[in-house]
Amino acid sequence: MKYIADVVTLEFFQEKCTGCGKCVDVCPHGVFLMRDKKAIVVDRDRCMECGACANNCEFGAIKVNLGVGCAAAIINGMITGGPPSCDCGVESGGNCCG
Amino acid sequence: MGIEKISFLPRPLGVKKAAGQPAVSKVSSEWTWTDHFGQIRCRISSLRMRYTVGPGLYAVGEPDRESDVFVTANYKLSFDILRRELKGLNAWIIVLDTKGINVWCAAGKGTFGTDELISRINEINLHNVVAHRRIIVPQLGAVGVNARIVQQRTGFRVYFGPVHAKDIPAYIRAGYIKTPEMRLVRFNMMDRLVLTPMEINPAMKKFPLFGLIILLLFGIQPSGILFKDAWEEGMPFLIFGLTAVFSGAFMTPLLLPFIPFRSFAVKGWLTGVIAVFALMQGIGGFWHYSSLLPLVAAYIFFPLASSYIALQFTGSTTFTNMSGVKKELKIGVPVYLTATATSLLILVMYRLSQWGII
Repeated sequence: MKYIADVVTLEFFQEKCTGCGKCVDVCPHGVFLMRDKKAIVVDRDRCMECGACANNCEFGAIKVNLGVGCAAAIINGMITGGPPSCDCGVESGGNCCG
Repeated sequence: MGIEKISFLPRPLGVKKAAGQPAVSKVSSEWTWTDHFGQIRCRISSLRMRYTVGPGLYAVGEPDRESDVFVTANYKLSFDILRRELKGLNAWIIVLDTKGINVWCAAGKGTFGTDELISRINEINLHNVVAHRRIIVPQLGAVGVNARIVQQRTGFRVYFGPVHAKDIPAYIRAGYIKTPEMRLVRFNMMDRLVLTPMEINPAMKKFPLFGLIILLLFGIQPSGILFKDAWEEGMPFLIFGLTAVFSGAFMTPLLLPFIPFRSFAVKGWLTGVIAVFALMQGIGGFWHYSSLLPLVAAYIFFPLASSYIALQFTGSTTFTNMSGVKKELKIGVPVYLTATATSLLILVMYRLSQWGII
């Protein structure tokens, strides 16, 4: 299943890649593959902006605006004027990821 | 905050004394009926928000200084699934304090994170519990855990294990190597089905308010409220409201990949249109308004209500991203607000025409 095309904020700077393969190892959607001892982005639209790759890339080769792809969280953020908040469950008694 | 957490010690089988260590709780790999019942309650109720185990070190089987160390969250369901899949293995489990939230969500919030892992390793004195220097963290924890920093500060090398605990035995047999499949998060029909109660629940919480507005709208008269009118004329709308919840919170999630378009709002709207149309054929006999206006209002409002409810499911999926949801909301919210106002206006016009005012 793929979500909306051409919206993700994932950026990959291949010149910084050392081919350690960490991004391939942690991505839950197979966005990266190793080719010629370097990572490449093979399926950008599958990225869910979780940030696991950027968090574990030691060489700063990956940038992504992380956030939850959750309408309730983003609406919460819109209403409170703050960042999208996942803490919906605490007040409402449980409309949250469990 | 301020929610009291229920802490369970899952079937302690006595204590395990590791070298130079305080006692460790030994737990079984078997689930009791209480564990099964707990899982069901977590799927349908807010028990999920306070279903926790105490953070710390646990033993499964008869682990020794060479046994593997697995890390998990202190959401009891996460812990239960891990210990169940470790059946037949001798292993250590480190439970991090994630405030009762599962690994993936907690990693996103940072509670399943580098700092918590480091301080927990030090607190339980893992260096004395095992002779090796490897710990297996679920892959989805990589959102919060920076493997390099953990190794720098503790000496333990983080292995990001499979996404699903059920793949752990195969992963270990393969020499701590994941197949590409073990890395991928899936979202099959069963996964989606178990999530639907938590879509229906919050949607139904808003239903009484919706019902009140509808009954008032159809019942109010210049002379007061007529309950007979409220009920007879409002009833079809209440049924349509339930249909929108069913279509947005159940049908759309369940049939997700089979409904055309990638946008959840569009998927929910399409399902809603079909549901409203089908129901209109089904309850034609109840639908005896003296004008076309209520029909127009129903076709505008209910498919969009289904769309809005379906959009909420983005929070439960494993593949939606924030940029996409923001885009959907940017277009969707003005549409929802305008359409709600329009259908309300149409119904008010209908009522005014009934009173002979217009």
